[in-house]
Amino acid sequence: MIRFVFLALFARPLARFMTGADVIGAEHLPKTGPAIIAANHNSHVDTLLLLTMFPVRLLPLLRPAAAADYFLRGPLISWFSRVVVGIVPVERTRAGSGGDVLAPMREALAAGDIVILFPEGTRGDASDEMGEMKTGVARLAAEAPHVPVIPVWIEGAGRVLPKGAGIPVPMNCTVLIGEPLAWTGERLGFMAALRERLMALKAQAPPQRWS
Amino acid sequence: MTLPPFFAATPFNQIAPPLFWGMAGVLVLLILGTAVALALPLLQPAKDHVNLRQRMASWWVMAALVGAALVFGWVATLILFGVISFIALREFLSLAPLRREDRLVILLAYLVIPANYGLLAANRYGIYLVFIPVWAFLVAPFILAVIGQTRAYLSTAAIFNWGLMACVYNIGFAAYLARTPLAQAPQAGGAGLVFFLLLATEANDVAQYVWGKLIGRHKIMPKVSPNKTWEGFLGGWATTALIIWFVGPYFLPIAGWPLAVVAASLPLAGFAGDVTMSAIKRDLGVKDTSRNIPGHGGVLDRIDSLTFAAPLYFHLIIFFAFSRLPWP
Repeated sequence: MIRFVFLALFARPLARFMTGADVIGAEHLPKTGPAIIAANHNSHVDTLLLLTMFPVRLLPLLRPAAAADYFLRGPLISWFSRVVVGIVPVERTRAGSGGDVLAPMREALAAGDIVILFPEGTRGDASDEMGEMKTGVARLAAEAPHVPVIPVWIEGAGRVLPKGAGIPVPMNCTVLIGEPLAWTGERLGFMAALRERLMALKAQAPPQRWS
Repeated sequence: MTLPPFFAATPFNQIAPPLFWGMAGVLVLLILGTAVALALPLLQPAKDHVNLRQRMASWWVMAALVGAALVFGWVATLILFGVISFIALREFLSLAPLRREDRLVILLAYLVIPANYGLLAANRYGIYLVFIPVWAFLVAPFILAVIGQTRAYLSTAAIFNWGLMACVYNIGFAAYLARTPLAQAPQAGGAGLVFFLLLATEANDVAQYVWGKLIGRHKIMPKVSPNKTWEGFLGGWATTALIIWFVGPYFLPIAGWPLAVVAASLPLAGFAGDVTMSAIKRDLGVKDTSRNIPGHGGVLDRIDSLTFAAPLYFHLIIFFAFSRLPWP
C-alpha cells in the first residue's frame, strides 16, 4: 500500500517533473511477469524511470535488482529499499566466492515478478560509453529460457543525478524499449546480442547527453 | 448580454462576453476536429490516423488548461505560463550541447523562471524588462567563467542566453497581458488580450499547415524546414490577417491602421519563430524537442511561434493603445 501510493502518486509526478519521462517503444513492455528488464545504468533516476513507465496494474510485480551492500546499509535506507522500491537484494560482494548470488532473482522470477536488472552492475559516469556487462543476466536467461529479456536504453538520466551528486537537476530523459530478446543458447552470444540491441536503441535516442 | 446563471453565480460572471463567445467558438472547433478525427478512420480505413487522434486529444488538454487559467485570473495565467516556460527551457537545455560542468548553471537557469514571473506578479515591469536581457545575460557567462571550463565557452553562454530569452522572457509578455487593467482593454479585459494572441498564433500555425497541405508546391526554406511552402506561408498569412482584422475589434483596444499593422505583422512573427526553432532543431539533429505533448511533439515545438509573436503583440498594443503604461 505504502509502495503503491508512493510510486503512483509521488514517484510518477516526480519523474515527469525531473525528466519529462518520454518513453519510446512502450508496446514492447511485458504485459505480465515473469520478465527481465535489462537497462544501462548511470543514475538512481534510472530506477525511478523504470518503476514509473509501466501501467499501474503491473507495479506490484516490479522488482529492481540492487546491491545489498549499498541499499541495505542502515535501517532507514533498508526499509525504503525493501518496502517502497521493492528491491531484490544482490550480494555482489559475495560474487566469485562460490555463493549463489543470483538466487534471490531466480526466486523473484519464479514468483512471476518483473526483475529490473542493470547488467553493468554499477552506475557509470554518464559518458557516452556503456560499461562492461556482467553475465548474470545470461545465466538467468539460460536457466529460464521462456522468460523474455527486454533491452532498455535510458538516455540522459546520468545528467539529472550523476554518481556522487547530491542535488538533482531537471533535464529531459528518454526511455527506449526494444523488442524482447530470446535465449540464444550460449552465454557470450547472448551478451553480444544484448549489447547490440542496447546500442541500436541508443542510436535512436535524442542527443540528451553532455557534449 | 447576460451570461447563463451558472456563470453568474460564480466569479465566472467576470468573463467578458467576447471571451465567453471566443471560448465557445474554440469548443465548437474542438468538437468539429474531434468528429473529423473519429470519422476519418471509417472513411479511409487503410491510412493511419493515430497521430490526428492524439493531436486532437492534446488540443483538448491544452485548450482546457489555457481556458481554466484565463477564467481563474492573472495569477493562474502567470503560473501556467511559468510552467510552460519551465518545460520549454528543460527541453531546450536538454538537447543543446552543454557540458558536464554546466549542471550548476542549468539549475540557476531554472531559478530565473520564478524570479522572472515573480517580477510580473509584483508588477515590477521596469525590472522585468532588464532582468533577463541584462542581468541574466551578464551573470550567466560570469558564472561559466568562474567554473572555468573554457572549451566551447562562448557557444555555451549563447545557449543559456538564447534559451532564457526565447523560453522565459518572451513568453512572459504573453502572460503579463493578463494583468492589463480593464480600463485599458475594455473590450474583453487582459484575459481577452491573452486569448486573442493565442488564438491568432495557433490559427496561423494551423492555417499555414492546411494551406500547405492543400496547394503547397514551392518550397520556401528547403534547407531549414523542407515541409514549408510559399503557398502555406502566404495562405496562412492572409487567413490569419483576415481573422485579426475582423475578430480583433472584439478583443483589442485598437482599430484602423494600428489594427492593420498587427494583422499584417503578427503572422510574420509566428512564421519567423517557427522557422527559427526549426533551424535550431535541425542543428541539434532532432525533429521534435520532446514527446511530452502526444501528437504534437514537445512544448517548445508548440510555442515556437509564440516566442516571436508574444513580444511583438505586446509592444504593438502598448504602443498603439496605452496612452501611458498601466504598469510601473
